[in-house]
Amino acid sequence: MPFKRYVEIGRIALVNYGKDYGKLVVIVDVIDQNRALVDAPDMVRGQINFKRLTLTDIKIDIKRVPNKKTLIAALEAADVKNKWESSSWGRKLIVQKKRASLNDFDRFKIMLAKIKKAGVVRQELAKLKKETTA
Amino acid sequence: MSYKYHQFQVVGRGLPTETDEQPKIYRMKLWATNEVRAKSKFWYYLRKLKKVKKSNGQMLAINEIFEKNPTTIKNYGIWLRYQSRTGYHNMYKEYRDTTLNGGIEQMYTEMASRHRVRHHCIQVIKTATIPAKLCKRESTKQFHNSKIKFPLVFKKVRPPTRKLKTTYKASRPNLFV
Repeated sequence: MPFKRYVEIGRIALVNYGKDYGKLVVIVDVIDQNRALVDAPDMVRGQINFKRLTLTDIKIDIKRVPNKKTLIAALEAADVKNKWESSSWGRKLIVQKKRASLNDFDRFKIMLAKIKKAGVVRQELAKLKKETTA
Repeated sequence: MSYKYHQFQVVGRGLPTETDEQPKIYRMKLWATNEVRAKSKFWYYLRKLKKVKKSNGQMLAINEIFEKNPTTIKNYGIWLRYQSRTGYHNMYKEYRDTTLNGGIEQMYTEMASRHRVRHHCIQVIKTATIPAKLCKRESTKQFHNSKIKFPLVFKKVRPPTRKLKTTYKASRPNLFV
C-alpha cells in the first residue's frame, strides 16, 4: 500500500495539538525532518512540528513561502473551505463542534426531533411489514 | 516559540584611571539564558582578552537582540570551540531554523547528546547565515529542494490535551497513516 498523503509545499493539514488546535493550515516550507513552516489566513506564519499535524487529502498549488495575499488567493482558487466542509472528515468535525456547543434547550429540541424521526421510521417499517405478510 | 537561549549585545569597558582617561570600549554578542548570565559571560571572555575584571570595569549597555525575520527559514552555520574529556576542539555545525536563537539551542542540545559536552564547555566563535549554495552538510542540503515531498510514515494518535492523557489504554495503538 503506497502512501497517499505527502508532506509537500501546498499540503493542507489539520493541527491536532496545541494552541492552534483544530485549525486548517497550509504547509508552506519544510524546515527539517521534524518541522514545517506553516501558514493560515488568520495566523502569523510559524513553525510547527509534524507530530502536531494530521495531513489531509487537499493540496493547493503554491510556490515555496508565498506572501499572505498570494496564499489567500490560492486558497480561494482551490476552494479549500468548501472542499473541506463537504468532505466526510470535515463534516464530522462540524457536527462534533455543534454538539459540543448545544445548550439544554437545544438538546431538548433534538430529543423531540429524534423521537419524531423514530416514529416516522417505525410507521414506514410497519407498512412494509404489512405488505410482505399480506 | 519560547527559546531557552537569548542573544545579547553586551558593551563594557575598564574603569577610567589616572593613566587611562578613555579606556577602550568592548562589545560582545553572546548567548545566555538571561541578562545576568550574559553579563557574567561577558566579563569571563573579556578577562581572557584584556587585563580587566568586573571589579575594575563597568557595564555600559546590555540589549537583547531579536530575530529580524522569524518567519523565514535560514541555514545557520555555527563555529564553536568545545572542551572534550581529552582537550579542546573546534567544530563547524549547520542547522536549519527560523531564528538564530533556535539554531543555537539546537546546537547546544546536539553537542550535549552527540558529544556529551555541557553548556559551559562550549564557546561560540562565530555564527553566520549561510546561503543554500555554500552549505556543507548533507543533512541541511537535503532540504534545499523546492519540490520537497515525503510521507509521514508513522501516525501516532495523541490526546489533544495533556489532561486527556491516560496511563492505560484498552487496545494497542494503530500506527498506520
